[in-house]
Amino acid sequence: MNPFTRFWNWIKSLPVHIILIGLCIIWLVPSLGLLVTSFRPVQDINETGWWTVFAKPKGFEEFKTYCASCHGEDGTAIATADLTDPDLVQNYRRSFNLLSSLERDIDGQPHMGDISVPDEQTAATIAAYMRRISGIEARPKFTLSNYIDAFVGYRGNKSYQQDCADGTQAVDLHCDVRDLTNPRGMGRAFLNSLFVSIPSTILPILFAAFAAYAFSWMDFKGRQWMFALLVGLQVVPLQMTLIPISRLYAQVGLNGTFLGIWLFHTGFGLPYAIYLMRNFMGSLPREIFESAYLDGASHWTAFYRLAIPLSVPAIASLAIFQFLWIWNDLLVALVFLGGQHPVLTYQIGNMVTSLGSGWHLLTAAAFISMALPMLVFLFLQRYFVRGLLAGSVKG
Amino acid sequence: MSKNVPGIMRQKPITPWLYLVPSLIVMFTFIVYPGVNTFYLSLRNADNTAWASTACKAGESCWGIFENYHYAITSEIMQTAFLNNIKWILIMVTGTVALGLLIAVLADRVRYESVAKSLIFLPMAISFVGAGVIWKFMYNYESGTNQIGLLNAIITALGGQPVSWLTEPQINTIALIVVGIWMWTGFCMTILAAGLRGVPEEILEAARVDGANEWMVFWKIMIPQILPTITVVITTMVINVLKIFDIVYVMTGGNYGTEVIANRLYTEMYKSYQPGRASAIAVVLILVIIPAMIMNIRRFNEQEATR
Repeated sequence: MNPFTRFWNWIKSLPVHIILIGLCIIWLVPSLGLLVTSFRPVQDINETGWWTVFAKPKGFEEFKTYCASCHGEDGTAIATADLTDPDLVQNYRRSFNLLSSLERDIDGQPHMGDISVPDEQTAATIAAYMRRISGIEARPKFTLSNYIDAFVGYRGNKSYQQDCADGTQAVDLHCDVRDLTNPRGMGRAFLNSLFVSIPSTILPILFAAFAAYAFSWMDFKGRQWMFALLVGLQVVPLQMTLIPISRLYAQVGLNGTFLGIWLFHTGFGLPYAIYLMRNFMGSLPREIFESAYLDGASHWTAFYRLAIPLSVPAIASLAIFQFLWIWNDLLVALVFLGGQHPVLTYQIGNMVTSLGSGWHLLTAAAFISMALPMLVFLFLQRYFVRGLLAGSVKG
Repeated sequence: MSKNVPGIMRQKPITPWLYLVPSLIVMFTFIVYPGVNTFYLSLRNADNTAWASTACKAGESCWGIFENYHYAITSEIMQTAFLNNIKWILIMVTGTVALGLLIAVLADRVRYESVAKSLIFLPMAISFVGAGVIWKFMYNYESGTNQIGLLNAIITALGGQPVSWLTEPQINTIALIVVGIWMWTGFCMTILAAGLRGVPEEILEAARVDGANEWMVFWKIMIPQILPTITVVITTMVINVLKIFDIVYVMTGGNYGTEVIANRLYTEMYKSYQPGRASAIAVVLILVIIPAMIMNIRRFNEQEATR
């Protein structure tokens, strides 16, 4: 290929790249905003947009206009007036201190030379900027304290670490390891989510394995229409069953218990789980079952020696799917667990509606809830996609 | 199906049921029985002590025992919910399928295919609640020029007035649908990409050799070839959209004219304590979904025939 054709091909493929990369950026930016915000100090979050962390801090432009020509861009050019020296900047805590110093003459010359003295607003911005670069108002660009606060369920207006240092923490905080399981915190909610999700993933798969084996390798009356019914059951909206089940649970005392929610998720996970596993088991080569049977194997042996080990890929897809689905579920947790054992989604939903815009806590909490599914997804994407393609229309 | 079972594997008539009964019991208790019970409750009054007809008021129109359906179909808030659900279906299904198809086709031609697909697909892994927080922050509204929400920051930087995305009627439902599109495009993309992979390369090549441009190849060959897949994706998405709840619950709570059917159901049941009305709404929901259910079973039977 000569250079010209190569160049022409490159031009022709350019729109494809622009559209695709553009879409990827649009898809990524919202999550990126959340991630960046969750690490910013709370004052910064409410003062400037998260995208400004990639730019110079606030006040840099003003500093450059008024001060940088003599003091240098980093403020250290004049050794006797080093603007990064905390002892010097200490004198300019208020903007009028700075202004009066700027209006005063230095060795008979105006301080500002030809440049006009900034107005009060600008002087305040510059003073704040100097306090920042000199480190007296040491507010780091990034902090972990949002995560700590979210984890222990801190709701004050300083931070958990500071309150604990001052001894002014709320009555339900102990400032030791016990706070990790504070009922209001995301730490406890994380454990609750795990405690809901793991059994609710294992149980339906266990039940479904047996049923799927029967549907694939056993002969009985009504097999055909029962399986068709199962396909139909997959799309029944779970809203349809919430009311009778919560009444039933109220009678037998299962409302607000883990057992109740495990059973509910098992019931709702089963149609899809059986469908997926039967499609997989049913497509295993028939000869191996025949020869096993000829060798005297019973159905039970064929089930747990052949069908189960061979179905591991299907089980993996199913497990990931069901786990993510339950981990991310809000409605069922809201109805059957509520505030008694708050899970992550419940806790965040609560924070959104009650807290308004405590963005530092909300973003950290949201990220805590998303970290595990994202890891699962990134490492086990293959199985996840396979589960999807096996035909999902789950309720 | 039964032809698949080896003849020598006949068993005692009881054995299959031993394998099936645990699942059947659980599914009956949690899906079949409550489904039927919901239908019954939808005909009862709020505290399930009498038929719904007792809730009728003299001088107002009454549907007798179907009084709860009177509410579920004709009340103003439910009309809003229906209208919004239709908006959701039209915009979200079109959006996700069109974007999913676009990305599936384009990603096929670049070297960073897997990275691009993973990025688009990633929102599928997180919860609606998490997505709600992400987008609530995107939509954040302050009255001044200092905006911390990205969308309003862009608008004010371009000299416009900031928009209160989540409370402005008409705009807010669209804003919520955008979140849905952001989450579900990856799903459509994955299924459609699998469908596209099944289109024989020879057909595409033959068309190109005959002088068809990419645009014609796409519309005249790819689309007809993957039409069945597109139908599946659309049905699945319609069902998903009809059940949409979390996004609305977290972001607006159904206020400011953003109500949808599933959120109304929750509100009637757990905030207004009107289980009769909530059940009627649930029945309406399943009635709307039944056509999709039938399509599903029919498609399944076709698949079985070709197994």
